[in-house]
Amino acid sequence: MSNIAEAFKNGKAFIGFVTGGDPSLEKSEEFILAMVQGGADLVEIGIPFSDPIAEGPVIQEANIRALAAGATVDKIFDLVVSVRQKTKVPLVFLTYLNPVFNYGYSRFFQRCAEVGVDGIIIPDLPYEEKGELTEIAAGFGVDVISLIAPTSEQRIKQIAAEATGFIYVVSSMGVTGMRSEIKTDLSSIIGVIRESSSVPTAVGFGINTPKQAEEIAKITDGVIVGSAIVKIVEKYGEEAGPHIYDYVRSMKDAVRDID
Amino acid sequence: MSKGRYGIHGGQYIPETLMNEIINLEKAYEHFKNDPEFKAELKKLLNEYAGRPSLLYYAEKMSKDLGGAKIYLKREDLNHTGSHKINNVLGQALMAKKMGKTRVIAETGAGQHGVATATAAALLGLECEIFMGKEDTDRQALNVYRMELLGAKVHAVTSGTMTLKDAVNETMREWTARVHDTHYVLGSVMGPHPFPMIVRDFQSVISEEAREQILELEGKLPDVVLACVGGGSNAMGMFYNFIADEGVKLIGCEAAGHGINTEKHAATIAKGKLGVFHGMKSYFCQDEYGQIAPVYSISAGLDYPGIGPEHANLHDSGRAEYVPITDGEAVEAFEYLARTEGIICAIESAHAVAHAKKIAGNLSKDQIIIICLSGRGDKDVAAIARYKGVSIYE
Repeated sequence: MSNIAEAFKNGKAFIGFVTGGDPSLEKSEEFILAMVQGGADLVEIGIPFSDPIAEGPVIQEANIRALAAGATVDKIFDLVVSVRQKTKVPLVFLTYLNPVFNYGYSRFFQRCAEVGVDGIIIPDLPYEEKGELTEIAAGFGVDVISLIAPTSEQRIKQIAAEATGFIYVVSSMGVTGMRSEIKTDLSSIIGVIRESSSVPTAVGFGINTPKQAEEIAKITDGVIVGSAIVKIVEKYGEEAGPHIYDYVRSMKDAVRDID
Repeated sequence: MSKGRYGIHGGQYIPETLMNEIINLEKAYEHFKNDPEFKAELKKLLNEYAGRPSLLYYAEKMSKDLGGAKIYLKREDLNHTGSHKINNVLGQALMAKKMGKTRVIAETGAGQHGVATATAAALLGLECEIFMGKEDTDRQALNVYRMELLGAKVHAVTSGTMTLKDAVNETMREWTARVHDTHYVLGSVMGPHPFPMIVRDFQSVISEEAREQILELEGKLPDVVLACVGGGSNAMGMFYNFIADEGVKLIGCEAAGHGINTEKHAATIAKGKLGVFHGMKSYFCQDEYGQIAPVYSISAGLDYPGIGPEHANLHDSGRAEYVPITDGEAVEAFEYLARTEGIICAIESAHAVAHAKKIAGNLSKDQIIIICLSGRGDKDVAAIARYKGVSIYE
């Protein structure tokens, strides 16, 4: 088991996301540490991809900025090396399958283990295809995080039964991005998950306000926020650090003590 | 390994949100493909609406001019809407309607698939939205207006390179947002299973007819079958019923743009490597870190960084050969066919004509080449004029 379980030991977990290398690798490190200081229990680092089909406009733009600034898979690993000297917070990559496939599964997950990455989220790797890398990843102690969507229905039990690390519950249809309202019946989805798994659940897609986070935290073990943080980076650029800290602190405060 | 594999290629690499939808699609397709009523309805549409069977035309002047093999043209350009795209679209739209969908969405490059989808949607009473790269809406403005005339809403995609791959990205994003009433009419033999199979089956009518026609006309099978390849739908349709005929050489013609030793090409087999993108494992033009490469071709329909998984496997097994054809060679073939046979073909199809010009003279007079003329060239006239430096009013 990886370090991920630690993220769910400080009340309800807050999970924050940044795209690695947006606007620069140095700034990504600063932003990750700002999130940790603000109370983030786990940080997702996006390895930028040219064609992120599960992302809305905010994270798409961040991918473009990061690639234009010269981010590569190797440089993101270097970023993690540097971050790891300063924090033990669980770290999870979010990327698409092609950069991982292209790097070579064994080489990629070996490097994850060396630098201290605990898990990976790959939106274009569904249950049916995960077999080609889960054993390799597990061999290096890296959890491949399973996603469950509002449309998963009869697939929920099957997916949950094999999940490790945490289960990423997709709150809404469509791509990532801030939403004013989340209509999916999350508590029944999480109820079904609980029948076949004790792995923590975290809900993502669309969450951006403390109020929303508080509501969601009532039914899950953690909340995931990506676009709202990336939006702060988009707005403040290199000066985003303190704003990210304030935002993450307000979000963690909103969820920490929810039963 | 998962479903829908062609050798090591294919699969279903898509977000979980879409998994149940494509599982249902596969079930629906397995039902309808054996349903006599569906088959009869589709055949009626293909014959009475789209104008099938398409002609297999003996290009006598071209054959004599090149001084070798007899050249036949499979005239998909004569179909309603002007290309082979209608074969697949009628099948998928009819199926979508029977599945209870009220809305179809599709990507388009040159606009041929978008026009075909908008046409089928109009005929079958389905709501229709088309996603097209901004660069393509600019260079194919006429097709945008054509789709609008047919009642479709056209979205100009401004993300990424603003071409076909980005149109596919955006259509997939739209589908994840709204699957309950919407079918994605994927236009090529690509994407997650079951799309490569469904599109191939609906396009295989091309080779089913061509094989019968050539046996009737010549009493024997062709020696070479040629088709252009982007994603590969007309080529897959043209190859499929000849795959078991070992003596028939299958050649796909990729877009080499300015040349495969430049950065401006879309020659996936010549220059790409194995990867996973748009729902499938196959060959893709990509950089050393697996970022999908911006590709280029004069032909918007071949301007795609990947190739369908069944083609990738035909390449691996050696059953089909894939050759690069440059913009210059395609334009020359486009003009040659117009002057020699009085046929203005699509610039995509001209890539296959160009390869016929290269090889026909080396074959004997009793040998036969069939070229899939996948579309007509009206849409390309302005672009060819620009390429030649001729100023015309569009």
